[in-house]
Amino acid sequence: MDTKKFVIKQISIFSENRPGRLASIAHALGEEKINILAFSIAEASGFGVVRALVDHPDKAYKKLSTLGFNVAFTDVIAVQMKDIPGGLYEIAKILGDAQINIEYSYAYSGKDAAVLILRVDLVDDAIEKILTSGATLLERTVFH
Amino acid sequence: MMCWDPRIEEMPKEELQRMQYKLLKSLVYRLYSFSPFYHDRMKEEKVHPDDIRSLSDVKKLPFMFKRDLRDNYPDKIFTASQDELVRYHVSSGTTGKPTVVGYTQNDLNLWTSSLARGLTSIGLGRGDVIQVSYGYGLFTGGLGMHYGAERIGATVLPTSVGNTERQIELMQDLGATAIACTPSYLLHIGEVAEKMGVDIKKDTKLRAGILGAEPWTSGMRTRIESWLGIKAYDIYGTSELSGPMYTECAEQKGFHIWSDIALVEIIDPKTGESLEPGEKGELTITMLQKEALPMIRFRIGDITTVEEGICPCGRTHPRIQRIQGRVDDMLIIRGINVFPSQVEFALMAIPEVGQHFQIIVERKGALDDMLVRVELNKESFSDKITDIMKVKEKVEHRLRNSLNVNVNIELVEPGSLPRFEGKSKKVIDKRSL
Repeated sequence: MDTKKFVIKQISIFSENRPGRLASIAHALGEEKINILAFSIAEASGFGVVRALVDHPDKAYKKLSTLGFNVAFTDVIAVQMKDIPGGLYEIAKILGDAQINIEYSYAYSGKDAAVLILRVDLVDDAIEKILTSGATLLERTVFH
Repeated sequence: MMCWDPRIEEMPKEELQRMQYKLLKSLVYRLYSFSPFYHDRMKEEKVHPDDIRSLSDVKKLPFMFKRDLRDNYPDKIFTASQDELVRYHVSSGTTGKPTVVGYTQNDLNLWTSSLARGLTSIGLGRGDVIQVSYGYGLFTGGLGMHYGAERIGATVLPTSVGNTERQIELMQDLGATAIACTPSYLLHIGEVAEKMGVDIKKDTKLRAGILGAEPWTSGMRTRIESWLGIKAYDIYGTSELSGPMYTECAEQKGFHIWSDIALVEIIDPKTGESLEPGEKGELTITMLQKEALPMIRFRIGDITTVEEGICPCGRTHPRIQRIQGRVDDMLIIRGINVFPSQVEFALMAIPEVGQHFQIIVERKGALDDMLVRVELNKESFSDKITDIMKVKEKVEHRLRNSLNVNVNIELVEPGSLPRFEGKSKKVIDKRSL
C-alpha cells in the first residue's frame, strides 16, 4: 500500500516559555504569507514546543531557522472523524486495538468534519489499520 | 625543540633556584630601603631582609593583594619615578576601582621576552602572521601580545576586538596563521564565520590560537580544536604581573612560569599557609625583577596547582595548571563551593547542549537556588516534550554529580544567551547577602 501520500509534514518549533515568543513565530509565518492550518502548543517547565501544519512547510522551516529557532519536521497523519459523540472513540479504538501508541495528538473541527492530527510511533502501520477499518485519512495534498 | 632563550629555558633547576634566591634577596633589600609601603609592611610582620636566608624564606614575607593597588591609586606604591616610566596600563576595574600599572623600559623588555619565549615554544616565529584580537589600549592584552609577536619576527595583524566580519576577511586575505584573543571571542568568530559561509578549517591558514584573559576549560579546548582545526594554547597573566605573559608550550601541559621572572607559590586561600606542589590552592607570585611596580607574594585570587617536574618539552621551569576558578568568583551555594568553570566543564561533556551558559543564583525562602540556562542544540531538538525533558534531566543530573549541589536547568533557544567579546560575565547573583 502506498502510505506516503498520507504522511503529512508537521513543523515543530522549540520555544522558550515567555511572553512574545508565539507572536514572533506567528509574525514570521505571516510575513512569508504562510497559512497555518492546524496548530498546538505543548508546554513543559520553562519551554514549549509549537506544532503546526502549514501550507508551505519548507518555506516556514527556512524562515524560522534563519531567525534562530530550533525547528524540526515530524511525520504525522490526519484522520477525518465524525463530528458526533463517539467520533474520537472510533479512531482511538482502531489504533489501540492495533497496539499503536499515540505520542501526541491535536484536533480541529473543520467545515465538513472534524480532523484529528496524530503523531504515532508506527506511522505506516497506523495508516494501514485506519484505512482497512474504513476510516478516512486526509492526503498530504489537502495541506501542502 | 625551538627555544627563544635556551640558556635560561633549559637551565637546571638548582641553578634556577640559586638565581631566584639572589634576585629575591636583592629585591627585598631594595624594597626595604626604598619603598615606604613595603618597608612598613615588613616592619608590621617583623621581617627584616636579613631574615631571608634561603628561597623558602619567601614565606616570611607579607602578602600583597589587589586592594593594595586600589588603595594606593594611582601610583603611590610605584618604585620608579614618572620620568623613568615608559607606559601605563589601567585595569578595567570590574571588581572595584581601577588599578594603574606602570612600566620602565626594563619592565617592558622582560614582559616581551617572556612572551617571546612562550610564542616560540608553541612553534611560532618569523613567517607567521599573528592576528592580535585582544583589545588594544588600557587593557594589557593587545599591546602586550603585539610586542611579543613582533619580537619573535612574526607579522602582527593588530585587529583588536570587534568588527568580527572584517576580522574574518582580513584573516583570510592576509593569511593569519595564529590568533590571540579570548576563547569566547574565538567562539564568536567561529559562529560569525559559519554564517558568512567561511570554513575556518579550509578557507584560512589559521593553525594556532593563543587564548586567555578569561577562564576556560579543557572541554572547550577540545571543542575549539576540532571545530576550527587549530591548536588552542592557553595563555596566562594579569596586569599586576605585567599582562599576558606565560603560555603553554606545544605539549599543552600547563603554563611555563619563567623562574628568572617570577617565583610561584600555591597557598591555602583561607589560612595563607603554603601548600605542597600538586595541591590545589591560590596562586601567589613574586615578580623578581620588576622595577616600577614590584609585586611580592601577590595573591592573584586564581585557583590552580603547580607542577615542579621537568616538562616533556625539556624546559625546567615550573608549570601551573589551567586556572580552575577564582577565589572571588567562587559561589557558595547552600554552603558548597561552586566555581563557574566546573559548570562549564560539565556542560562541555554533554553534546545535547551548547557551550554558552548563564548561572542565576537566587534565594528562595531560606535556600539558595541555582539555575543554569543553557542552549538546546539543534540536533537534539525533538517535537516530543518527553525527549527534551530527558535532555534537561540529563544535564541536571550531570551538574548535580559534579557540583554536589542541586541545580535547575532552563533550556533556551540556540543563540539566545549573550555572547561576550571581552571577559565573560556568566554569573548573575541576585541574592542580597
